[in-house]
Amino acid sequence: MYQYDKHDQAMVDARVAEFSDQVARRLTGALEEEQFRPLRLKNGLYLQLHAYMLRVAIPYGTLSSRQLRVLGDIADRYDRGYGHFTTRQNIQYNWIKLEDAPAILADLAKVGMHAIQTSGNCIRNTTADHFAGAAADEIADPRPYAELLRQWSTFHPEFDYLPRKFKVAIIGSEVDRAAMKLHDIGIQLVRNAGGDVGLRIHVGGGMGRTPMIAPVIREFLSPLQMVSYLEACLRVYNRYGRRDNKYKARIKILVHEIGADEYRRQVEEEFAHILTLGLEPPPAELARITAQFADPAFDPAAPVAIDRADPDFAMWVDQNVHAHKAPGYGIVTISLKPVGGIPGDASADQIRLIADLARDYSFDELRVTHAQNIVLPHVKRADLHALWQKLFEAGLATANLDLIGDIIACPGLDYCSLANARSIPLAQKISQRFADPVRQRDLGELKLKISGCINACGHHHAGHIGILGVDKKGIENYQLLFGGSEGADTAIGSIIGPGFSEDGVVDAIERATNVYLAQRTEGERFLDTWRRIGNAPFKDAIYG
Amino acid sequence: MNGEPIKLLTGNDLLTGDVTWWTGAAWSCHIADAVAVGIDADSIAAAEQAAQRVISAYAINATRNADGCRPNHIKERIRALGPTVRLDLSLRPGDPSAGAWIA
Repeated sequence: MYQYDKHDQAMVDARVAEFSDQVARRLTGALEEEQFRPLRLKNGLYLQLHAYMLRVAIPYGTLSSRQLRVLGDIADRYDRGYGHFTTRQNIQYNWIKLEDAPAILADLAKVGMHAIQTSGNCIRNTTADHFAGAAADEIADPRPYAELLRQWSTFHPEFDYLPRKFKVAIIGSEVDRAAMKLHDIGIQLVRNAGGDVGLRIHVGGGMGRTPMIAPVIREFLSPLQMVSYLEACLRVYNRYGRRDNKYKARIKILVHEIGADEYRRQVEEEFAHILTLGLEPPPAELARITAQFADPAFDPAAPVAIDRADPDFAMWVDQNVHAHKAPGYGIVTISLKPVGGIPGDASADQIRLIADLARDYSFDELRVTHAQNIVLPHVKRADLHALWQKLFEAGLATANLDLIGDIIACPGLDYCSLANARSIPLAQKISQRFADPVRQRDLGELKLKISGCINACGHHHAGHIGILGVDKKGIENYQLLFGGSEGADTAIGSIIGPGFSEDGVVDAIERATNVYLAQRTEGERFLDTWRRIGNAPFKDAIYG
Repeated sequence: MNGEPIKLLTGNDLLTGDVTWWTGAAWSCHIADAVAVGIDADSIAAAEQAAQRVISAYAINATRNADGCRPNHIKERIRALGPTVRLDLSLRPGDPSAGAWIA
């Protein structure tokens, strides 16, 4: 894992000191709220529905156990004993006191973390495949590139006031586990015919009010030109992105309006110019970073076989453990979606326990997923049963990964000042309706995602079943979408018909799953059946 | 909810960010303490914000009857109570009817 050097540490420490002074001046009244608001937002401190909320960046979703333990301690010391893992691989605390914010940032800085650029119209935390560095299907580890992007984008003066916020995702496998094409820039590590690793660059994706799938702008780019190329992508956007209309300010609108070909032409022109300026970091810097992501010392003799006699353990292994690149190891996903629970929430004790388990079983490493779960990336298969027992005792062994109970849900109207409807109670009702693990497994992969407003933090556009909460004359109402997907078959879901009440939408989902069970052919997922037979049978069953 | 339509002034505490309600002389986290502000909302909000006693103050529509004041919009009712999914963290942690007040 990457360790801060003296420059990283100095930058973060300086920011803590700066923000401490700003908070002190706010508390004395030397700064008014209008002056202070942009300053606190630059440090991830929002004013939400009930209190200040602090969003902490987890770079490309990667954490050490020491870092995670501090996140648990912050939940206890400064918040109300829990944290919320988000769809951007970050963590949010919902009950922060303004006067505590500098101390929290100081605690974070001690373990190489911060909340910089977790708000505002700047380049946000780069997200990545949560199986990075571990996946059996990986072409190359995307984290060194993500780290280079973190260093490039942090405090980048030219891109501090973009037309709108800007999100980058990077993956290193053919399988897209990061919804890469639904980002402002999506980067995929690929190999060309000669076997060289390069970058395929997608630009102009996003969800929100106007969901779009990012087209490919560059098929193959040398990794040693990544920063220059992204500089060009951002520079064209910064120059022509709309600042007159917030709802048309994202780069997806620019790419859509001028067309991918014209955008590409302008980027290539700018790129050619930037190459003459020598802005690209020296190859030695990427090599320095890459060296810090070296594999841990895997045991080449680690046994592959495990005892599957316990059916609950076997089910958990089948559902929550994925193939690792090293024989004898597995990638464990800890579901933060217990039946009736709050998706993405974890208590301080659970957070610290997971940190301890990472120390004991996963070479001190963890990942946060955009699906609001936590990954132990390097677990010996021989240790899986012992790990599962400890997770089970802590209520963290729910075997529902990618099943209907593994619901993505934004904080919704229970916490968020932008939301129109509650997301979490709906997620709880759905998970309770489909609580039976056998039933969930029979339904198979079914990605259900809920957003409490059109901003789509719950990724409803990309759900096999998506739910969008709207405000209908002061009453919560829920629109149902089918057919969305992230990954290789990325698609935007479409609204099936009139909206529902909270209970109505749960019934509608159950009727839709009944259609699937009746109509599916061998091996078909819910999404596959929907694509084959279309909306009509589902609509008939739901609206009858 | 039947009753008298009124306007309440709400905002957030500068130090804690907690939701607060104008009581006529100060701010309270309990909506039960709130008073109707009528056309004075803007001037009170401006004065209180200038005095650093509250941030993000604004007036909302509510209804008052014998049971007290109830915001007309669900968003404000949730602000007044707390997260409906963590009633233990709400302002009425021991009240099983608290969730029904939101609906």
